[in-house]
Amino acid sequence: MFCLQAGAAMAQAAAGHEFDTAVAALPTASYLEKEELAGRIARSAHPQALTLLRGWLDGKLHADAAGHAYLEGEGGYTDALSGAAATPASPDELEKIGTNNRLRKALKGLLAQFGLASAEPGMRIEAVREMRRELDESAVAALQARLPQETDAAVKHEIELALALAGLASEEPAQRLAAIASLDGDRSTEVYNRLSRMASGDEADADAAVRNAAGAAVRSIDSWRSFYQGVETLFFGLSLGSVLVLAAIGLAITFGVMGVINMAHGELIMLGAYTAYVMQLLMPQNTGLALLLSIPAAFLVSGAFGVAIERVIVRHLYGRPLETLLATFGLSLVLQQLVRSIFSANNRPVAIPEFMSGVWQINDVFSITYNRLYILIFALMVFALLLGVLKRTSLGLKVRAVSQNRGMAKAMGVRTDWVDAATFGLGAGIAGIAGVALSQLTNVGPNLGQAYIIDSFMVVVFGGVGNLWGTLIGGMALGVVNKLLEPYAGAVLAKILVLVALILFIQRKPRGLFPQKGRAAEGH
Amino acid sequence: MSTAAEPAAPRPAFKPAPPTPYQVMMREDRPSGVFLTVLAIVTLLVPILHLAVPEGHVLHLSGYTVTLIGKYMCYALLAVAVDLIWGYCGILSLGHTAFFALGGYAMGMYLMRQIGTRGVYGDPVLPDFMVFLNWKELPWFWHGMDVFPFAMLMVLFAPGLLAGVFGWLAFRSRVTGVYLSIITQALTYALLLAFFRNEMGFGGNNGLTDFKDLLGFDLKHPETRIVLFMATAVALGAGYFTCRAIVRSRFGRVVQAIRDAESRARFIGYRVENYKLWLFTFSAMLAGVAGALYVPQVGIINPGEFAPINSIEVVIWVAVGGRGTLYGAVVGAIMVNYAKTVMTDALPDAWLYVLGALFVVVTLFLPRGVVGLLPDLKHKLQTLRQRRARAIST
Amino acid sequence: MNAPTSMGMAGRFGGAFGRVLQRRGSSSAPSLDLTHNIILYVEGVTVSFDGFRALNDLSLYVAPGELRCIIGPNGAGKTTMMDVITGKTRPDTGSVWFGQTLDLLTLGEPEIAQAGIGRKFQKPTVFSEHSVFENLELAMAGDKSVWKMLFARLTPEQLTRIDEVLETIGLKDHRSARAGSLSHGQKQWLEIGMLLMQDPALLLVDEPVAGMTPQETERTAELLTSLAGKHSVVVVEHDMNFVRSIARTVTVLHQGSVLAEGTIDEVQNDPKVIEVYLGEPRC
Repeated sequence: MFCLQAGAAMAQAAAGHEFDTAVAALPTASYLEKEELAGRIARSAHPQALTLLRGWLDGKLHADAAGHAYLEGEGGYTDALSGAAATPASPDELEKIGTNNRLRKALKGLLAQFGLASAEPGMRIEAVREMRRELDESAVAALQARLPQETDAAVKHEIELALALAGLASEEPAQRLAAIASLDGDRSTEVYNRLSRMASGDEADADAAVRNAAGAAVRSIDSWRSFYQGVETLFFGLSLGSVLVLAAIGLAITFGVMGVINMAHGELIMLGAYTAYVMQLLMPQNTGLALLLSIPAAFLVSGAFGVAIERVIVRHLYGRPLETLLATFGLSLVLQQLVRSIFSANNRPVAIPEFMSGVWQINDVFSITYNRLYILIFALMVFALLLGVLKRTSLGLKVRAVSQNRGMAKAMGVRTDWVDAATFGLGAGIAGIAGVALSQLTNVGPNLGQAYIIDSFMVVVFGGVGNLWGTLIGGMALGVVNKLLEPYAGAVLAKILVLVALILFIQRKPRGLFPQKGRAAEGH
Repeated sequence: MSTAAEPAAPRPAFKPAPPTPYQVMMREDRPSGVFLTVLAIVTLLVPILHLAVPEGHVLHLSGYTVTLIGKYMCYALLAVAVDLIWGYCGILSLGHTAFFALGGYAMGMYLMRQIGTRGVYGDPVLPDFMVFLNWKELPWFWHGMDVFPFAMLMVLFAPGLLAGVFGWLAFRSRVTGVYLSIITQALTYALLLAFFRNEMGFGGNNGLTDFKDLLGFDLKHPETRIVLFMATAVALGAGYFTCRAIVRSRFGRVVQAIRDAESRARFIGYRVENYKLWLFTFSAMLAGVAGALYVPQVGIINPGEFAPINSIEVVIWVAVGGRGTLYGAVVGAIMVNYAKTVMTDALPDAWLYVLGALFVVVTLFLPRGVVGLLPDLKHKLQTLRQRRARAIST
Repeated sequence: MNAPTSMGMAGRFGGAFGRVLQRRGSSSAPSLDLTHNIILYVEGVTVSFDGFRALNDLSLYVAPGELRCIIGPNGAGKTTMMDVITGKTRPDTGSVWFGQTLDLLTLGEPEIAQAGIGRKFQKPTVFSEHSVFENLELAMAGDKSVWKMLFARLTPEQLTRIDEVLETIGLKDHRSARAGSLSHGQKQWLEIGMLLMQDPALLLVDEPVAGMTPQETERTAELLTSLAGKHSVVVVEHDMNFVRSIARTVTVLHQGSVLAEGTIDEVQNDPKVIEVYLGEPRC
């Protein structure tokens, strides 16, 4: 026991010496010498060795004129030898201890070997992945040495993968075949690229059996990849669909339920987006809270505009849809110009708060950005809420009553003008909410609404006027079809194709996917 | 509306010379008579004031003004085309500038082919933008566009074909009202996106421009300008006259019956879709002619012409002037565009406010437009006079 | 029979029709095959809207020259039946034939009208922006194709015909009045006039005397009676006195199918009819 401790202490002292001399030699060494010195530093197993090598790789290792090395950190400089805080005499004269590509590669390899010995499984995985990039003999030896000792399953898997990849490069076809077999089930991009290079092309394997095996493996991965690419396309489609649904659902109320064409609907969306922008201006420190608060704020702003539009213009034009269309179109021009006058014609940035940003990487092929995911969920929530309002509340009852038989509703004491204003306000308010969601996906500018108005109408008409479920399904379907076409036709052509298909569809089924039937529908 | 159906009155023994068609028009349809007279005077006067009156003289008309009036006349023809289907048949097209632009592109293609080796790249066949895109040969639809009569045929054919196919689909399946309006808007929007694409072969974003000459005449020469101007005036006059003949025929009365009670018209045996299709296609061709005359005067055609807002602006010209009267469409087109010229010069930011307000005010307070005010005014004056007369007599 | 052929046929004899019809009665129209002495077959027609059966296996036959009255409570399917015959509504099942050869279910509204079925609507729908004269001109029988109409001029015979009808419907003094400015009763007359101008072989008349004075009602009754014989007339009416004054055969509709058929006295004494329709105080 004592003996062991003493030995350790002695070794440490020796390491200290080895480390110090190697570091001291660094500032004047050539690149080739530096590589050799780096190896010595790593082998010294000095407690500062890892930090120093990492700092060096990052370009943070400096030396003063006297050859004393410092590491640059967040808060200032530290002594490279001891790790203690230190202040160089003249920071301006410090010179970086440079690296070149070859040296950096060597440093990475050394760091990886360090990592392999780390106590943290996560660090070990990182190290194995790092080593996989350049699997030379020493790395393979290190990994093979590590494998029997490794206890963590994930790390073990990574090491096996690395060894299998190394096996692919083996001279013996049998070993390569074995490596391919052992890679079965691994679908990472790395393996895929390696195997597909082996299966065909300029670098194809010399041995036919290996080529076939690699080919079979590639095909199996291909089908898996195309499945997830399909899932990803579906997600993108649903994401686009959720935006369309958000934009269209307010319209489904004003146009679908009330039968009022509101061409200023897009501008109500735009007002919602600008509300999100203004809320962020009001509380710049807390963008997340600002975004959440802008949802009710946008509802109120756009809703108020909606009520005003209904009371001042639309009310006088009931039963004259074409006139309503023109008047509200004029209004949309005025609103656009108003925004241009107040906020300028340039796009305004709306920050994406922390919790909305980032990517959820599900596997090598399939990842989801959080903002799209949240907006998809948000769209469904808004839809459910609206459905609830229409089906379960007394306002909803009155809205449906007025839309079905205005005269009778009036006779039964429903204040139809109040209901009209409230319905229109509701549709407009939802447009505002849609604007908040859009501010997280696209630029906020005066033309924001214009881009969505035709799409929104198409969604409502496609789904069937007066049918909220139709709007949901119609919007989602259009989004998915659009995204399905995009890889073949390109974004613009896909949009054109969808528009043309819609025009043809409406001509075949003028009442949309889910038409209202019966006498009431016939009468209009 | 029409008196063609009245039985002929027995002729008196002495009859002065029968009235000329002009006198008949002035009696039956004074506004049309006045409009065509004014148009004729303008057509004769403008060339004199531009060419014969020396520059610097008070009465001299600058080239800019001549082109401006020419542009207004193109707009007026487009407005007449829109009024023909909206005012008389209730089809509110929010995509009529698509036909205008197609006519314009057909003319633009002809003008492009006329440039020949004078282009930047000097290719005898390919227009500059194709050389720039590294295209090796002319796309099929550019063939023959260097032949003037063929290009002019295309001016009619391209918008006519689109309107025919679109109308056949839409009217046969009875898409009406706002649905029709919105899909016409989607149509022009889809074309806008399509023409922005370089692959379409219409010059993409930049469109067609840098025109040199038309039928060998330099577009920059005052004489060419005047000939173009007069051609536009003749087209407007002829277009107006044809539309007037159409709406006053029995066909016109059927079309107006369809506007007022479409299903009733079906039940007395009219194939409504054929009537609408015919009128829509004719109107689209008229718009195409307006576009073809517009392009050489302004010197460019680009996808911006397809923008849905342009189509809606045309609708507001008609609404301001007074839909359902052809002269109202002309008056509206000229009034609104003159206001636009003046305002965008003086107060560019205010123009959209004014335009937007026009939409609202006209639909709320002036359903029959400016020309609708005239009979009202006359009527008021008459009752006022009568009341005064009565007050005096009692 | 496929659709294009039938449409072509309808169009072809549509032109000839107008000329022939004025002298019909003894001579029958060439393509309207009345060999079995039935002008209209409605057989097993069912129409449902959202599960509600507006017509339920309805069968009805009308003979040439017959004047048939159809009565029934609200919602019995009277208007839907007319919609089916005139091509506005397509039935779920059943067949509708005009004479022996014309399958009405393959034709559109204009073709059916051209084939010789005229309809007067419950709510008078005249072209309100057109003059009375123009309304009659619009309704006039003849070739109604686009090209014909673009260059058509009225012939002296056609003018005479319009004047005759103006006289018949009592609107001679309102010849150039805007139809929208007429009173409700006058609009009813104008619509009847339009029906006369169409000169159809079969007239479907929906509540012709609603809003008319007793004198006008009487005149309408006279007019309809005089039309029968030369034309077949089907009248839907609520006014029992009016029905009594014109009807020879009465059909009672109830819940989308025929409940009873016979003379006015027969149906009025039918216990089923009394129960559903006349059971309440006789009006």
